[in-house]
Amino acid sequence: MKKFIIRRLLISVVLLFFVSMIIYAIMRLMPTSYVETQAMALATRPGSKSYQEWVDQLNAQYGLDTGIVQGYFKWASKAIRLDFGESWYFNQPVLQKFSSVIWYSFGLGLASFIIEIIIAIPAGILAARKQYSLADYAITVIALIGISLPSFFFATILKYIFSIRLGWVDLYGIVSRMHESMSPTGKVLDMIRHMILPTLTLVVVSIGSLMRYTRANMLEVLNSDYIRTARAKGLSENRVVNHHAFRNTLIPIVTLLGGSLPGLFGGAMITETLFQIPGIGYTFYQCVTQGDIPFVMFYMVFMAVLILLGNLIADITYALVDPRVRVN
Amino acid sequence: MENTNNQNEEMTLDDAARVKVLSPGMMVFKRFIRNKLAIVGIIIIVFMFLFSFVGGLICPYSQSQVFYTTEKILKDYAGATAIDQYQIQQKDGVELPSDIFSKTLIATSTGKYVFESRKGDLMGIGNVGEGVYVIYSLEQVKMLLKKNAAYDAAVAAGENFFTDGDKTYLFQDSGAATPDVYEATELAVAAMKSFTGYAKDTKFSYEFYRGALVAEADGEKSFEADGKTYTVEGDVILDGDTEYAFISDQNFNAANSGVFISPAYKHAAMDAVEAGQSSFVFADENGEDVEYVIENKNGQYTFRKYQETRVIDTYARPSAAHWVGTDANGMDLLARLMYGGRISLLIGFVVIFIEVFIGMIMGGIAGFFGGWVDNLLMRFVDVVYCIPTMPLYLILGSIMDYYQASATTRIYMLCIIMAVIGWVGIARIVRGQILSLREQEFMVAAEATGISTYRRIFKHLIPNVVPQLIVFASMGLGDVILAEATLSFLGLGIKYPAASWGSIINAVNDSYVMSNYVFVWLPAGLFILLTVLAFNFIGDGLRDAFDPKMKR
Repeated sequence: MKKFIIRRLLISVVLLFFVSMIIYAIMRLMPTSYVETQAMALATRPGSKSYQEWVDQLNAQYGLDTGIVQGYFKWASKAIRLDFGESWYFNQPVLQKFSSVIWYSFGLGLASFIIEIIIAIPAGILAARKQYSLADYAITVIALIGISLPSFFFATILKYIFSIRLGWVDLYGIVSRMHESMSPTGKVLDMIRHMILPTLTLVVVSIGSLMRYTRANMLEVLNSDYIRTARAKGLSENRVVNHHAFRNTLIPIVTLLGGSLPGLFGGAMITETLFQIPGIGYTFYQCVTQGDIPFVMFYMVFMAVLILLGNLIADITYALVDPRVRVN
Repeated sequence: MENTNNQNEEMTLDDAARVKVLSPGMMVFKRFIRNKLAIVGIIIIVFMFLFSFVGGLICPYSQSQVFYTTEKILKDYAGATAIDQYQIQQKDGVELPSDIFSKTLIATSTGKYVFESRKGDLMGIGNVGEGVYVIYSLEQVKMLLKKNAAYDAAVAAGENFFTDGDKTYLFQDSGAATPDVYEATELAVAAMKSFTGYAKDTKFSYEFYRGALVAEADGEKSFEADGKTYTVEGDVILDGDTEYAFISDQNFNAANSGVFISPAYKHAAMDAVEAGQSSFVFADENGEDVEYVIENKNGQYTFRKYQETRVIDTYARPSAAHWVGTDANGMDLLARLMYGGRISLLIGFVVIFIEVFIGMIMGGIAGFFGGWVDNLLMRFVDVVYCIPTMPLYLILGSIMDYYQASATTRIYMLCIIMAVIGWVGIARIVRGQILSLREQEFMVAAEATGISTYRRIFKHLIPNVVPQLIVFASMGLGDVILAEATLSFLGLGIKYPAASWGSIINAVNDSYVMSNYVFVWLPAGLFILLTVLAFNFIGDGLRDAFDPKMKR
């Protein structure tokens, strides 16, 4: 087991090296850079240097005067020491900005993750138990609608109904205008109020896959021989489902959920941007449009780490919950 | 007959003729069409194809045709300001000094009616009526005013001039025992009035001016000028029975040059202003009544009327001409939905085709050869898999923005980018499938018969992977369409003037549009939802049909 994990970790590091290199190369190809915008602004000041001189100076300042390969190793050697430089757009260290925004994203992700589990797993099991019933069709259709809903469209509908028509919640932002004058509990409640619609959006667009996954697995388990044996023993249907079937269904589900844990830190770019929640996704969107290379590089590598970590956790949990894997 | 014969003969359990045998494909098809959701999906997709590809041909509008409408907009027609300077009308052949306006103004306000012009000429004004002054050039004379009847009468009338014989004299109290007397020669007449002739190019003579002004100021009913008798009726001067001129203390200007403002209009406008009305009606040249709105701004009046103007028909509500309305650029939304559907569906299919092509080759090679080839290819797949897709699309989108790629280039580029990122999922499926198939007996048998590697891969392995591929592709189509819509929504995918469902919804970034023009974004969103849903229904149905294990 230890050997397995170490091997996977080493492979992950190698993968990360190549992934970050590709991302860096693409970032450097991005011509609409922050540097040029800055130089343009600086050059228009009275009595200033010419545009080209500013570009050269800023490029040297930001370490963009080297070739792509050279620049990558320069970046990587710093990144290993967790020095990701300063965000150009926000004018503060990348990690500082990151730590100030990540908890909004994590809160949003965690809330929707928990709600998803609470709804999706019982619904998936119900659908599998009563296959081809009305409930099964309804759950299948709802799950597929959730998968097919564009998040931006669903968010727009929610905003239209709850913010514009009913006026229950604000259109944008994480706090309301009177936030500063509220009591501490009021402040927390205010933030929660602003999180309702984004959470709802995330839950609806991502609940479908978990629901379908649970249903498919439960069906497979219910069709297996040991369930037939349990039924033949004369056990009650409830006991068969809740004890024999449910525990076996949990194996792949726990694997899937474990694998998606790191994703909670990844942020939901579209939803955050639409509701202007100052999480990591919205911050990244602003940085991409401004050509802020240090922050974008950091976020892309961070996302790649999360994906790798997710795969790793999924494999390990699979080995933990299913003894058959360990034997192999 | 043969059948019955067979039945009569000895039947064994494994007799092939005992049951009706269906080909595997036929069985899949039968299972598929029994799935109601899948049928719904097929119907939706067929509708979308008809709507986009046939609808675009039938629709009379193109996707980038801009529509115009005429709108009534209040526009300035004329303005009126109270005249605050003396309008001086001089006699024929008389030249007045350049500072006469200010001197007149000072003289009338101070009461010192005799003054010197800049050139040093002695000048004076006589108040012939209220607000009406005659400008004279003066020459001081010695004259006894005592017992002069004309002088006494002038003093009694409050005037500062009198006529004696055919000469006019002006007098000014200078503080001495007797006023100074001047012999006056008439030069001009000054009043804060403007004259408009009823006929378009009326020219007024000096005599007419003087007569009219004096008559109006003194409240006389008629006066004579140039040998004619004119009658005065309020502000209007009649020549016999016809209206000849209109006197007003307002200066009228047309908002547009070349527009003649008739005295009748001025008359009507001033009547309305005096009556305190906010608007009045006046017949235009064609005799049609036009409503004019009066606006008062610090004593300046503006008369505005509604004018028809051609404007772009933005955000028109759904109507017979535009079934779904128009968008921010005045383009027909139904046409844009059709052409947008073409692009969305086309991108979906092209991307999936490329993905399947690359994925099948890569996965096939890795799975079949195994060993270091497999290892290398799969690590490559891992690297691509680790790249966060949406952020990458964003970066590439802004690169295309910078190079100002044309709308069609963007479509091709988008297809290629999405396919290059997306093939890894298919490669993994194909590899896994081939790895497990390779060990099965039929492959051992195929190897034993000594057929070529090529034939083993393409005749024996690939057909067995096809079911999974079809399922994956039909569900993947939905994902591709969603990704394209999201990109276009963020403004980085398909761009104006080309349409895509995502870029139509982009309008909601303006929250005014979101709250007031639901018809702009709702249909496009529903179309995306329905199309993706239909592909998912079909994929689901295909999976059940190919893999009946799940059925109890």
